Amino acid sequence: MSDTQNLTLVQAVRDGLHTELRADDDVVVMGQDVGKNGGVFRATEGLHEEFGGDRVVDTPLAESAIVGCAVGMAAMGMRPVPEIQFSGFMYPGYDQIVSHMARFRARSRGRFTLPMTLRAPYGGGIRAPEHHSESKEAFYAHEAGLKVVIPSTPYDTKGLLAASIRDPDPVIFLEPKLIYRAFREEVPEEPYTVPIGEATTRRAGDDVAVFTYGAMTRPTLEAAEALAEDGIECEVLDLRTISPLDREAIVDAFERTGRAAVVHEAPRTAGLAAEITAILQEEALLYQEAPIERITGFDVPYPLYALEDYYLPSATRIEEGIREAAEFEP
Amino acid sequence: MNVFDRAYDDPVRVLDEDGTVVGDVPDLDEDALVGIYRDMRLARHFDGRAVSLQRQGRMGTYPPLSGQEGAQIGSATALAEDDWIVPSYREHGAAFVHGLPPEKTLLYWMGHGDGARAPDDVNVFPIAVPIASHVPHAVGGAWASKLRGEDDVFVCYFGDGATSEGDFHEACNFAGVFDTPTLLFCNNNQWAISVPRERQTRSATLAGKAEAYGFDGVQVDGMDPLAVYAVTAAALEKARNPPESRLRPTLIEAVQYRFGAHTTADDPTVYRDDDEVERWRRKDPIPRLERYLRAEGILDDDRVDAIEAEVETRVADAIEAAESAPRPEPRALFEHAYAELPTELEAQHAELTALREERGDAAFLGE
Repeated sequence: MSDTQNLTLVQAVRDGLHTELRADDDVVVMGQDVGKNGGVFRATEGLHEEFGGDRVVDTPLAESAIVGCAVGMAAMGMRPVPEIQFSGFMYPGYDQIVSHMARFRARSRGRFTLPMTLRAPYGGGIRAPEHHSESKEAFYAHEAGLKVVIPSTPYDTKGLLAASIRDPDPVIFLEPKLIYRAFREEVPEEPYTVPIGEATTRRAGDDVAVFTYGAMTRPTLEAAEALAEDGIECEVLDLRTISPLDREAIVDAFERTGRAAVVHEAPRTAGLAAEITAILQEEALLYQEAPIERITGFDVPYPLYALEDYYLPSATRIEEGIREAAEFEP
Repeated sequence: MNVFDRAYDDPVRVLDEDGTVVGDVPDLDEDALVGIYRDMRLARHFDGRAVSLQRQGRMGTYPPLSGQEGAQIGSATALAEDDWIVPSYREHGAAFVHGLPPEKTLLYWMGHGDGARAPDDVNVFPIAVPIASHVPHAVGGAWASKLRGEDDVFVCYFGDGATSEGDFHEACNFAGVFDTPTLLFCNNNQWAISVPRERQTRSATLAGKAEAYGFDGVQVDGMDPLAVYAVTAAALEKARNPPESRLRPTLIEAVQYRFGAHTTADDPTVYRDDDEVERWRRKDPIPRLERYLRAEGILDDDRVDAIEAEVETRVADAIEAAESAPRPEPRALFEHAYAELPTELEAQHAELTALREERGDAAFLGE
C-alpha cells in the first residue's frame, strides 16, 4: 500500500502534472499565469519553481497560439499540456482545436500523432463573471479525433490526467471548477492511471439508471439518496470520459433498469443527453419502460450569477426528473 | 552591411530582370546553380500539367504556383535536410526540393489522403488549408527543437493575405517571445484571391511587421531565386547561431506574382487586368536565371534541352504513378482518426462493410 495524500480535486490536478513533469522530460505545461503565479486556481502551484520556465511556461495572452504551438510541439513528439484559463475562452483557439488538433493524425495518415492534453476549468456555480461558467463539452465530443475527459473526484483526476498526458491522441481535459475544492479524497503519491473511456458506478440501484459526469455527479448522488427514502433506487454512472463514451456500461445499466435519466449542466439541445438517449434506443429499445429524462441546463446563454441557481440542475430538479422516469406508467 | 539592416522597402536583389548581376551572388557551385534552374523548370512544368489534368477532369481543384518558383526553389534550396517545411497549400515546388515526391502532391489534389503523408525521411508537414492557421505549428515545432537542444529550423510559408489573420500575429508574437528558430516566409504574390495587397494592410511593407515582434524583417525580390537563396541562407544561419543582438526568427517578404489563378476554380480576369500580368511576367524567375547561367557559361542549349527532357519525364512518371494509384479502401476513412480504432468506429466500419458486401460499390459510387 503506497502512501497517500488527502487532496482536493484541484490539488490532484497539480499533483498529476507534477508527477508527469517528473516522469517525462517531454511534458511541458504552458498557458497564461501557469508559471510564477501558479495558475489562477493554483492548479500549477510550485511547478515553475521546481521545473523552471522552459517546462512550465508563462505564455502571452493568445489562446490560438497556445493551442497551435502545442500542436507543433506535439507533432515533434513532445507532450505539451496547454491550459486555457477558463473554457469560456477556448473559442479563439477553437479553429486550432478542430482544424488541426483533432485532424493532424488523420491528415498525415498516422505519420504525426498529437500527444497533447488541453486543460481547462469548465462549468458554473462559482458566482463568476460572464463567460466564466460555460459547459461546451458537446462541441469537443462532436469532433472526431479528440478524446474528451471530465473527472469528478480527486483520485480520478490524477489518474485520468496521467492517462491523458501519456495517450498518443489529443485530449480535451475539462475540470469541474465548482468542485475544485468541494471535498478531499485520499490520492496515492505514486504515479497511476485511470483508463480513458471507462465509466464508473458511483451508486448501485435497480430502478433507474442515471448517467452524469463532472460537477453534476454530487447533486445527482444527493438526489439519489433522497429518492431512496421513497424506495426508488438509482444506479448512478459517472461517465468520466464523454468521448469515447463507455457505451457498454451505459447500455448495461439501462438493460438492468429499463429506465434512465441523463444529467448535465450544459444546454439540452444536441447535448450529451441526446447522444446517450439515441444510443439507448438503438441498442436497448426493447428494455425501455419509460421516456428517458434529460435533466440539463436550459437552452439559453449562461446567465449572470443572480440566476445561475435556476439554470443549473439542482439536487431537487434532478430528483424530480429521475422520479418522472421511475414513476412513469404506460 | 548585414542583410537584415536594410530598409524594409529595399528588397535584396542579385539579378535584375535581364539576368544581369546587381547584387552579391551567393557562393553556390555550378551543380547547385543548375539545380535551382532545374527545380524551377520542374515546378513550372508540373504546374502546367497539373492545371491541364484539372481541366481534363483527371484531378480536382488545384492551386497553381507559376511565377512563384523563384521564391519557393530559392528558399528550399538553402535548407538543411533536417530542417522542416511547414507549407500552406501552394508550395509544391519547395516541397519537391526538400524531397517530397511530386506524385504525392498530385495524389493529394486527386483526393487521396495518402498524398498528404510525406515519406518518413522527408521533413515536410502536411498541407494546411485554413489561412495562417499553420504558422503557430511552425513556431511550436521550432520551440520543441530549441527546448531539445536540436539544430533544426522550421520554415513556414504563407501568403500576403495570411498576414491579416490573427494566427499570423499570435505566431509571430510567440516566435519573438520564445526566440524560436522559425523562418516566417511570406510569399507576397499581390493577390489573396481577388483582394489586392493594398487592401490587406496600410503597412507600407509586410516585412516591416517584424518590427512589432522584435525580430528582423527583410524584403527580397521573390522572383530572383539567387536573392531568395541568399536571404534564406542568412536567416537560417541566424536561427541556428544568433548573434547576441538579434533574435532567431526572421520574417521574409518575398515580393512576387502569381501568373495564374488562385486555384483552378478561380477566374482572375474578373479582378485584375492583363497589363498588370504582363508587367510581372517580365520578371519571370526562370528566363532570368537562365540568361545569367548562359552568360556565365554554365548553361547551353544542350544542357537546357537535357533538363527539359528530364523534367518532362519526371512529371510524366509522377502523373502515371498518381493516376494508377487505386482508390483507397474505405477502411482508410477510419484507421487514422485515433491511434487505436475505438469500438464505435470499428462498428461504423463494419456497418459500411456490410452494406458494401450486400449491395456492392455501385450503391456508393453510382458506377
